[in-house]
Amino acid sequence: MVMSASAETVRPVIRLRGRSYVAFVFSPVVPIADWLGELDAMLAGSPGFFVGKPIVLDLSAVDLSPLAITHLIKSIESRNIRVLGLEGVEQGRLSLGMPPLLSGGRQCAVQEIEPEKPSLQQPTSLLLDQPVRSGQSIVFPDGDVTVLGAVSSGAEIVAGGSIHVYGALRGRAMAGINGNSAARIYCQKIEAELVAIDGYYQTAEQIDAGLRGKAAQARLEGHSMKIVALS
Amino acid sequence: MAKVLVVTSGKGGVGKTTTTAAMGAALAQAGEKVVVVDFDVGLRNLDLVMGAERRVVFDLINVVHGVAKLPQALIRDKRLENLWLLPASQTKDKDALTEDGVGRVIHELRKTFDWVICDSPAGIERGAMLAMRYADEAVIVTNPEVSSVRDSDRIIGMLDSKTVRAENGERVEKHILITRYDAGRAARGEMLSIEDVLEILATPLLGIVPESQDVLRASNVGCPVTLNSPASAPARAYHDAMRRLLGEAVEMQIPSERKGLMNLLLGRRAA
Repeated sequence: MVMSASAETVRPVIRLRGRSYVAFVFSPVVPIADWLGELDAMLAGSPGFFVGKPIVLDLSAVDLSPLAITHLIKSIESRNIRVLGLEGVEQGRLSLGMPPLLSGGRQCAVQEIEPEKPSLQQPTSLLLDQPVRSGQSIVFPDGDVTVLGAVSSGAEIVAGGSIHVYGALRGRAMAGINGNSAARIYCQKIEAELVAIDGYYQTAEQIDAGLRGKAAQARLEGHSMKIVALS
Repeated sequence: MAKVLVVTSGKGGVGKTTTTAAMGAALAQAGEKVVVVDFDVGLRNLDLVMGAERRVVFDLINVVHGVAKLPQALIRDKRLENLWLLPASQTKDKDALTEDGVGRVIHELRKTFDWVICDSPAGIERGAMLAMRYADEAVIVTNPEVSSVRDSDRIIGMLDSKTVRAENGERVEKHILITRYDAGRAARGEMLSIEDVLEILATPLLGIVPESQDVLRASNVGCPVTLNSPASAPARAYHDAMRRLLGEAVEMQIPSERKGLMNLLLGRRAA
């Protein structure tokens, strides 16, 4: 890194930032000709692999003259691989025009640099395309549950988000179980044994008899549950 | 291609054993080679309804445990040469059934028969689970009343999750058979209507068998109702259901109200 002093008048502030990069390290061994042969075999398998990925040359395993080092660097660069720096050799053996000597390198796990796959996101909704039968319990704390069909008497749906039932809701529906008071419950036919949102609940007896069998939604208003017809 | 059919319900006393015997006999009459298997270990009834109780030497448990060979335990019906019975043990309990053992027996039966009909015990415990375990199709016997319908719903959920087919991502083909249907009581709103039952269970209907004294009479003489009184209403309903099971399109008859009053006097019968 180079620091430069600038003219007296304006004196723009130069901020120095550190940044680290990951580079592959080549550690050649004698005989160099054989090692280059190995390199060629590897490149034959994936020719474009080092495009845009300069490497560091670690010379600690060999004892080369400055001339031999220059020759080696030329051989590598003739294979379209750029040498970023050298390592494992005394400063005295280096001549002008060679890549700089690096120190302080650390091992690290090499990440495969491939086109990034879209990261697998945790699903935030659960779709059930069959009726939920008596005795079945569907627990989905991560989000909404949608049921294409009825939820039978004796079945229960527990959701972190809202619950949508495209059919009759005859069992129990508990929405917003993780403290989500904005969760709602929708169904095409309300005949529920119990509906609950964020811990507030109503049982079948408390649900307005006039709503029975109708499409309805349940939501929280403050600390009370409102169940209204869906028109 | 052999088919394994489980006759199940969850609830007791709805007519599983009657249905197993009646459908088994009807299929055998239609030329299919049929075995009916009693899974109600400890409370066996199918041998009585089939009239074979005095001929039981070896049973399902003996075969499952390798004490007897399958041909030694199979009982051939005296009226229909295509119909066989594999009885349950009366002295053991359901814990004597093992999944592997039942699997082996079913596998062996598949080689010889067109239909293997498993008569499930009531409940949702081991006996019922193993009766449905290897099924390809299921007849869910349901009475038109709320407790039976809810139990059937529970059983359907299990058919969709606990069977070998379900675990392999395939489906068990399911059929609802409504039994002990009383048109008179249904008309007066004392029973769930057919539409209500089907709406709750969301499963195709195989047939409607009316409540009838003929069923009781047939059981008492140890003869499937389809053989004992083939012209009776329940026998005709079972016969139609059998033809639908074989893939024929048979128009659905909703039993009429005419006999309603007499049926009210009927007693109960075992599942």
